[in-house]
Amino acid sequence: MTTQTTEKTPNTPATGAATGLIGIPPHLGRALATGGGLLTIVSTFLAWTWTAAFPGDLTVYGYPGGLQVLVLIGGALTTLFGLSSYGVKGLRWLTPAGADAALRFAALATFATTWYTVLAISLQLGGLVNLEPGAYIAAIVTLTALLGALALPFEHPAPDPIDPDETGWSLAKHRAGHGWQTVKAAFAAGEPGPVRALPSYAEILIIVAVLAVCLTVFTYGIGTEYDELFVGFLITAGFGFAAAHKAGLIRQATQITARHQTITIWGAFVAAALFPFTQTDDQYATIGVYILIFATVALGLNIVVGLAGLLDLGYVAFLGVGAYAAALVSGSPSSPFGVHFPFWAAVLVGAAASLIFGVLIGAPTLRLRGDYLAIVTLGFGEIFRIAVLNMDGTSGPDITNGSNGISAVPDLKILGFDLGARHDILGVTIGRFANYFFLMLIITAVVVLVFRRSSDSRIGRAWVAIREDETAALAMGINGFRVKLIAFAVGAALAGLAGTVQAHVTYTVTPEQYLFAGTTPPNSAFLLAAVVLGGMGTIGGPLLGAALLFLIPNKLQFLGDYQLLAFGLALVLLMRFRPEGLIPNRRRQLEFHDKAEAPAVLGKTGA
Amino acid sequence: MTTDTTTKDTTPGAPTPGTTVLDARGVTMRFGGLTAVNGVDLTVNSGEIVGLIGPNGAGKTTFFNCLTGLYTPTEGEVRYKDQVLPAKSFKVTAAGIARTFQNIRLFANMTVLENVLVGRHTRTKEGFWSAVLRGPGFHKAEATSRERAMELLEFVGLAEKAGHLARNLPYGEQRKLEIARALASEPGLLLLDEPTAGMNPQETRATEELVFAIRDQGIAVLVIEHDMRFIFNLCDRVAVLVQGEKLIEGDSTTVQGDERVIAAYLGEPLANDPGATEAAEVEAAEAHAQADTTTDTAAGKENDR
Repeated sequence: MTTQTTEKTPNTPATGAATGLIGIPPHLGRALATGGGLLTIVSTFLAWTWTAAFPGDLTVYGYPGGLQVLVLIGGALTTLFGLSSYGVKGLRWLTPAGADAALRFAALATFATTWYTVLAISLQLGGLVNLEPGAYIAAIVTLTALLGALALPFEHPAPDPIDPDETGWSLAKHRAGHGWQTVKAAFAAGEPGPVRALPSYAEILIIVAVLAVCLTVFTYGIGTEYDELFVGFLITAGFGFAAAHKAGLIRQATQITARHQTITIWGAFVAAALFPFTQTDDQYATIGVYILIFATVALGLNIVVGLAGLLDLGYVAFLGVGAYAAALVSGSPSSPFGVHFPFWAAVLVGAAASLIFGVLIGAPTLRLRGDYLAIVTLGFGEIFRIAVLNMDGTSGPDITNGSNGISAVPDLKILGFDLGARHDILGVTIGRFANYFFLMLIITAVVVLVFRRSSDSRIGRAWVAIREDETAALAMGINGFRVKLIAFAVGAALAGLAGTVQAHVTYTVTPEQYLFAGTTPPNSAFLLAAVVLGGMGTIGGPLLGAALLFLIPNKLQFLGDYQLLAFGLALVLLMRFRPEGLIPNRRRQLEFHDKAEAPAVLGKTGA
Repeated sequence: MTTDTTTKDTTPGAPTPGTTVLDARGVTMRFGGLTAVNGVDLTVNSGEIVGLIGPNGAGKTTFFNCLTGLYTPTEGEVRYKDQVLPAKSFKVTAAGIARTFQNIRLFANMTVLENVLVGRHTRTKEGFWSAVLRGPGFHKAEATSRERAMELLEFVGLAEKAGHLARNLPYGEQRKLEIARALASEPGLLLLDEPTAGMNPQETRATEELVFAIRDQGIAVLVIEHDMRFIFNLCDRVAVLVQGEKLIEGDSTTVQGDERVIAAYLGEPLANDPGATEAAEVEAAEAHAQADTTTDTAAGKENDR
């Protein structure tokens, strides 16, 4: 590994004494932050309100409940990072990139969760009187911790010289810009060094631990029972993740997982397979299987968009083709064909139908570039939906049963295993949706395999080359049309594969499931958003993006009609501040953040 | 314009008689009413470096594009090793003609090594299924490709930067990488479109060495260039293109001595000794301009604000 000396532009050593954002002496600030974190932990064991009317039991002295658990985690993080910043032996590994920024984020996480809880209690129950002393204590100590953390010194950016001609608005803008730079600098962190090569069993243990944490966080998020808890979860998880990132832990974990990619991917699948065993109720397995369907299709789209750079706005149609094809041949009473193929045959039919549909659409459209392709695919997506709607026997041939769709698709039986029934495995009851969750996981694994292997090969390089510069790619002997058609067809077939399972999971296949944009995923707009949000060209990105995009609308029912608005706003903000997505492809990170935070050297493949 | 008589020039001026690699006959390219290239003949033999020069707008790049399949010539034909070239640029590359671009066109967000591996595309067969199933053939082909790519990077001197992103390379190295990428397709003829544009003398010199080394591998080279010193040092033969037509073709001395070439670059001298009147006119114009400058500069400054 050739390490480049990271060019950390030294921000004006001349500014002298580094100070914090708030004028408290740094050593006092550090003590306040750490102590505040400690006291936060204590405060979560107190009662915060007197009545159980607020969801989650916050009335008990002695143990934390509901949102208090989140605050407890935040407090623990703050304390740990605080102690680590003192250089306490045995905790220094927590903050390889410096503790201060991590401490700030941890304190921010605790503060935000606590104050959100306190405000939610007083708003919902009508007034501050509903708060018990515990809540006041928690609010005060978290605020203290935050103030303390903000007082920690950091390297101030050099102020831009002010042009004497600037007046009024532009001057104010200039000042605000500098203020923003300062705040950004306050939360910036250093660069962690490369991880020492640990013995491989230790690294594998670390990977297992990381995956366990991920599974726990994910399971907790899915299992949140009321809106407030989910919002609290998002706040804590978001800032907590930022804190871990600033501490350099994420970067180090990435380095370790990159060394053992295969093990990590296997581990991730094992972790995902464990998910149904953590649930007592099939309700959350339902969410799980829908997320998996969504994520798998998004990953398929990632081949088309992320690798080959073909903007496909009608991708959900391929999911629909697969689902319809499978539903039609699976013995549904409303299917005109009246055949009942075994599952493997239905899967082949579904994938093949999507593949053919993909080639049919791709062959004439892939000669177009850029925006034109996007518009044409958008049109084809709608054509599919309307065509299916009209094949009801009155407007067209009687195949798809129009808007009623193909209903009562029977449950699958694979090798005598009835996926519709409950089974007891290892003392845990695995319900219908959990069964399908396992089946879908296999499909996801297939898609991951295809994505991974094809991206690191001759064909994958050709896709990326076409995306980068089509003329140059042609001049290198790449048959652009053929290569793009392969990407399109592969993406379509993978979506069709997911569709075959979807048809069985949802019992019914209707045209309304395959819109361009709607409030429930998957639809073409959400699929694309999942890819862009998560990170183009990566495996983890679309999976995470899809999970978030499914969970957030699903959990935050109170958003109701404003859901799409909030979602759009979130996307705009994300694209402004992290255009490369949540899990960036190393390539794209380099593209957007030229030198600052990205490594100059990629590994051997870089896909 | 003096030539540096390098060692190369002292070797027998006649190129080693090789087989004809490229044979363009009467290539004409019209865009609507505009004839960009008109009836140009050009042959390149194996082991030969041929230069193509001409003033801006002479049709050099259009001619180049006709050779690489980006354009199909309106009239005439281009043969590569006795085969008429197909009309698709990727098929031309597969046939054995590789090119670089005037304005560098690397795959900026791929690594240096990956760029060269893309160049290997036509010389490998592994398709989608092979990539997914990963049989022994796939691993073997991939290993061979990587080995060959590293050899090429070694050859152009970029082996240490194999893991860097192409976009992060300095300008001169990007040019080198483009050449390495073109060589990866194992061409019989390499077309270089202004390989030294924007380079400093040292880099130009290095490029010259590189082109000689490529020639020594038995690859014929056709170069478009504006740098006369570079081209006359380098080329066994030089063809001059003016306004879409080939003016002259020959070795460096012939071309340099030709009055029509000088005229094409510097303009024709006027018929009746114009010296005195011209000079007077120029002087007058300058004096006039000087008078204006004071007001002009003031006005200019105002505009700058």
